Amino acid sequence: MTARVSFAGRKRSNGVMMGLCMAAAVFGLTWLVIILGTLLWEGFSGLSTAVFTENTPPPGSAGGLLNAIVGSLIMTGLGVVIGTPIGILAGTYMAEYGRHSRLSTVVRFINDILLSAPSIVVGLFIYEVMVIQMGHFSAIAGSVALAVIVIPVVVRTTEDMLLLVPNPLREAASALGMPRHFVIRRIAYRAARAGMITGVLLAIARVSGETAPLLFTALNNQFASTNLNGPMASLPVVIFQFALSPYADWQKLAWTGALIITLAVLTLSILARVVAARTQK
Amino acid sequence: MADVALNPSTAEPAAKAVDRASVLRGFRLGDLAFFNLTRGAALLVLVLLGGVIVALIAGALPALQTFGFGFVTSQSWNPVTEKFGALAPIYGTLVTSLIAMLIAVPVGLGIAIFLTELCPPVLRRPIGIAVELLAGIPSIIYGIWGLFVFAPFLQQTLQPFLISVFGNIPILSSVFAGPPYGIGVLTAGLILAIMVLPFITSISRDVFETVPPVLKEAAYGVGCTTWEVVRNVVIPYTRVGVIGGVMLGLGRALGETMAVTFVIGNAHKISASILQPGTTISATIANEFTEAVGDLYTSSLIALGLLLFVITFVVLAFARLMLLRLEKQQGK
Repeated sequence: MTARVSFAGRKRSNGVMMGLCMAAAVFGLTWLVIILGTLLWEGFSGLSTAVFTENTPPPGSAGGLLNAIVGSLIMTGLGVVIGTPIGILAGTYMAEYGRHSRLSTVVRFINDILLSAPSIVVGLFIYEVMVIQMGHFSAIAGSVALAVIVIPVVVRTTEDMLLLVPNPLREAASALGMPRHFVIRRIAYRAARAGMITGVLLAIARVSGETAPLLFTALNNQFASTNLNGPMASLPVVIFQFALSPYADWQKLAWTGALIITLAVLTLSILARVVAARTQK
Repeated sequence: MADVALNPSTAEPAAKAVDRASVLRGFRLGDLAFFNLTRGAALLVLVLLGGVIVALIAGALPALQTFGFGFVTSQSWNPVTEKFGALAPIYGTLVTSLIAMLIAVPVGLGIAIFLTELCPPVLRRPIGIAVELLAGIPSIIYGIWGLFVFAPFLQQTLQPFLISVFGNIPILSSVFAGPPYGIGVLTAGLILAIMVLPFITSISRDVFETVPPVLKEAAYGVGCTTWEVVRNVVIPYTRVGVIGGVMLGLGRALGETMAVTFVIGNAHKISASILQPGTTISATIANEFTEAVGDLYTSSLIALGLLLFVITFVVLAFARLMLLRLEKQQGK
């Protein structure tokens, strides 16, 4: 008797909880769809060739985002160029030389924390060590700030990917008389190449939308500039400035800039997945 | 070169031996150089963290010396009289993160359960990938959406509703005291919730997938309902990992800058009502740093950054330890 009652009760609570889970899925995904929908709608309505050919305008007039896009490309590119080699080398040490050493354990732990540390703190750090020393804001400081964010991402994926390379491969190479650094560079890197590229792509995706570290390192620039030693505009910072302004033209451009960043980030993430999927086959 | 050295039976053995020795020496040197290069890079990661801490402490020192412990207990933030206290930003950071976690944790876990236990297999991969892609969208996108779409929406719908519903209940009436500004602590918390949602979802889904199918099948075999399997098998097995994932999400929420800065209102005060504007540590830094005049002002902002770093470091370290414990448990 009691068993039958409790069975009905169990079925009911199962139904309620599973219903709630489903509702959570619908609820959560709805918000995300709404955000992307608004972004596409607002962004595409402001998209024109002028966005890619003209510089950021003074308030109240039409213009584009050319200097911001160029600035973002330069600083992201430089940040990745600085950060990637360091990240790959550190990941190599942890996976190849010191797999079980104490240094690797500590670095792994610290790296994981740096991976999700607040990016605005990175901005403050670079402000302290570069901007104050140099005496002015500069694109190079912005790039280094981005590099600090690139490093943990690349370290993590490099280590993970090198750990996936089967040991017999290394042993076979060593048996042929290859020195250790040849084994790593010619065998392990080659076997893990796609995964490492994925890591770099993810790192680019991560930094291309970063705003906080650039606010007080590269600052902003109303004009086109390729001078690494001076302030430089970047898409995220321009979006930040324009969105909070009272001018309709600027707000429109902020939406368009947001769309460009989102599309770039999504493209990079999908590309990274494609590269990663190809290796697993 | 290597195969020449390995073949000693050819003419002029002495010359070959020299050749071989020099090649081997070259190998050894190359090995040594590469080893030290990688080790140096690994050490650089540690130096980076140390550098962040040292730079922040050095920058914060003037403010900490001037205000002492009062820096974290004082509410005043007055650039004119140069009196700075961090209580309002700390309060705002904690409250917005709390609101975010209250919403994002149950919903995120719900989606993760849906994805691992209920979802038709055809939809599982696309939804999973969509969630992961959304986790990578820059936070400034959430911020701009919050400012232009979400805040006006809340101002017209949710906030008047909350004010009228809770207006006559003693304690809650002050928590939801009007007027509806649109922007404010609640809005910031909700935006944060939406932002960390994909993050918590994808981690807890990964964690749920570590449960060995045998365990679940055994539970289903003795007649458990789906919910009972989740409650009695999946969640106990993955508890540590779920806590780790939630803490990672919390670390994100605490340190988030752009999503919050747009909608928090940047008001240095602690109000009982969560509908009023407030500020968070990161929003204060982002809004005021480039305009800060005077060493003490700048130093106080850096001290805020130091506080934020210490708080998130503790949370993230705890999260990583939890996730490491899950990994060890799997390794057994």
